[in-house]
Amino acid sequence: MLQILFDALSLGSLYALGALGIALIFGVMRLVNFAHGDVIAFCVFALLWPSTDAMAIVFAGQLPWYLLVPFVLLCGAGLSVLCEIVVFRRFRQANPATMMIASFALGFVIRYFLLMLFSSRPKSISLLPELSQPVEILGARLPLLQLITIVTTMVILIGLTLFLRQTRFGLEMRAAAENFSMARMLGVRANRVIMGAFALSGALAAAIALIFGAQTGTLDIQMGASIMLMAFIATVIGGLGSLGGAVLAGFLLGAASVIMQVMLPIDARPFRDAFVYGAVILVLLFRPQGLIAARGTKERV
Amino acid sequence: MAVAASLANSTAAGAAAAERKPARFALARRTILTPVLLSLLLLAIALITVTTGSRPFNQTVIDVFVRVILVVGLYIFIGNSGVLSFGHIGFTCLGAYAAAWLTINPMMKRGSLPGLPEWLLATRLPYWQSAVLAALFAALAALIFGRVLMRLSGIAASIATFAMLAMINTIYSNWESVTGATSSVVGIPIVRVIWPYLIGAVVAIFIAWAHAISRSGLALRAARDEPTAAAASGVDIPRERLVAFVVSGAVMGLGGALMAHSIGVVTPDTFYLGLTFITLSMLVVGGMGSLSGGVVGVVLLSALIQALRWLEAGVSLGESTFALPKGVQEIALGVIMIVILALRPSGLMGNRELALPRSSRNK
Repeated sequence: MLQILFDALSLGSLYALGALGIALIFGVMRLVNFAHGDVIAFCVFALLWPSTDAMAIVFAGQLPWYLLVPFVLLCGAGLSVLCEIVVFRRFRQANPATMMIASFALGFVIRYFLLMLFSSRPKSISLLPELSQPVEILGARLPLLQLITIVTTMVILIGLTLFLRQTRFGLEMRAAAENFSMARMLGVRANRVIMGAFALSGALAAAIALIFGAQTGTLDIQMGASIMLMAFIATVIGGLGSLGGAVLAGFLLGAASVIMQVMLPIDARPFRDAFVYGAVILVLLFRPQGLIAARGTKERV
Repeated sequence: MAVAASLANSTAAGAAAAERKPARFALARRTILTPVLLSLLLLAIALITVTTGSRPFNQTVIDVFVRVILVVGLYIFIGNSGVLSFGHIGFTCLGAYAAAWLTINPMMKRGSLPGLPEWLLATRLPYWQSAVLAALFAALAALIFGRVLMRLSGIAASIATFAMLAMINTIYSNWESVTGATSSVVGIPIVRVIWPYLIGAVVAIFIAWAHAISRSGLALRAARDEPTAAAASGVDIPRERLVAFVVSGAVMGLGGALMAHSIGVVTPDTFYLGLTFITLSMLVVGGMGSLSGGVVGVVLLSALIQALRWLEAGVSLGESTFALPKGVQEIALGVIMIVILALRPSGLMGNRELALPRSSRNK
């Protein structure tokens, strides 16, 4: 029972972090960032030295953890900000569909850039191996990593909340998410806020990359995409632009996946995802604005 | 309120029916040039292909025509309703598998797909009949899903359609006895002649045109541009969206069936995110507000992809052979798409249709 709870929480953590990264950018730019998954993949591969061999040449992955973590976070934030400066800045006025396709094209570029450098073969790596030892809590054996995932996510969430609530920059960002043009008129600098949002979202992507890399032990170019899709769905059913909603929906999706895996009859288990997506449609039908509707995203007449 | 609106709607329609009819014909006359020109463009491509007689080129052009069908199918819904749908490739998947069920040799079917109902196991139809049935099957699925989904709008609708695609994909990847799960379904008769695909594409274009100038299509576009005003004038938005959804579902199903016949193999993952994004990109780059945009987007992006592939394979320039490193093709494609969108945010064609210059039409 406890095992299920922790499974759900740790899967939900990944989804929540991903959803948060997408929601942050959507909040300030109304951009659904399809490149987010590829930023995750990029951060994962930042651990390796570029080579197309089957053997992974570990580069940054060998660093001690107190250097490794900031390095990967910086990679993610840097790439994300770079994307903003090079690409998304030109799409501020474009309609959502155009921005979406542009972000998809950008993700495409990043993915094939990685493919060129690393080839498409999945690579195995033991990232922070000391974390995979099991620990015993209340009679359930859990991998230490799962605990760390959950704790890290909580820390990140609390830190982010404090940052958004207590600092001036956080205030500006929330103001921009609520009503961008009004915030600008009141003296919020648009470029700074948007770059800040991209940096934060990139760092979140890096956090996912670290956790995911340590969990699975294999690095695969596709790995960002699967999380990104779920995160994307979580962002929408949470209420686009609402950060709290994104996190809540991320955890709910994680819980739904794990619970269905356990509860469904054996025959139906391969179809688990179909049930999860069916549930998503149901949620949307009853709450098209999302679970927690963000202020300012309602369509204005 | 909805009842009152539809009532007002029907009375207005009844009263105005007499004078509206000529207007409809005038509209048809004024706009028919677009589908005709687009069809001629495709016909020209087909004729060039046939005269060169090169086989790989033939296959490429067949792919282009299949994509034209798919993108036109997307346009019917996305272009007219303004709702971005990520789910339409699901209907392509349904269409392709329906075509496979109907055309594979019964002997082979019994072995590879034993879970099919007996009457389906025994049938074997020519490909064009199966394509029509596949389109109807996809339209039926679109009707069922659309009844539920069309109540949503905006980004929620986009995600819901994506969830639909993911559901279809999950079911088709796991239903071993009926779809062969993730392994490929082989034995679909391959059609290598270019004409059926050309006919399919032209039919799709004319369906899109007929829908766009129909009462429903006009109402839907009004709702896209001014939802509140349209609803106030008695447009039942979910209903008009449903009509477009079903029509586009049928076209996507047709595209799926022809795609199955062009490659001879179907797997569920052929019809998933990759195809979704490439077709959506073609529509958006071409200009999602116009039928011509969709067709032009397909033709141009396909030509671009093909040119980059040739460059990647190596082109001999005099003495030396010039070849791009592997992987550059996709990167260049992505960069070019971004540049096009940055320069022309509403696509190459914008909202305009392909037509002769205005002066030549005696307006």
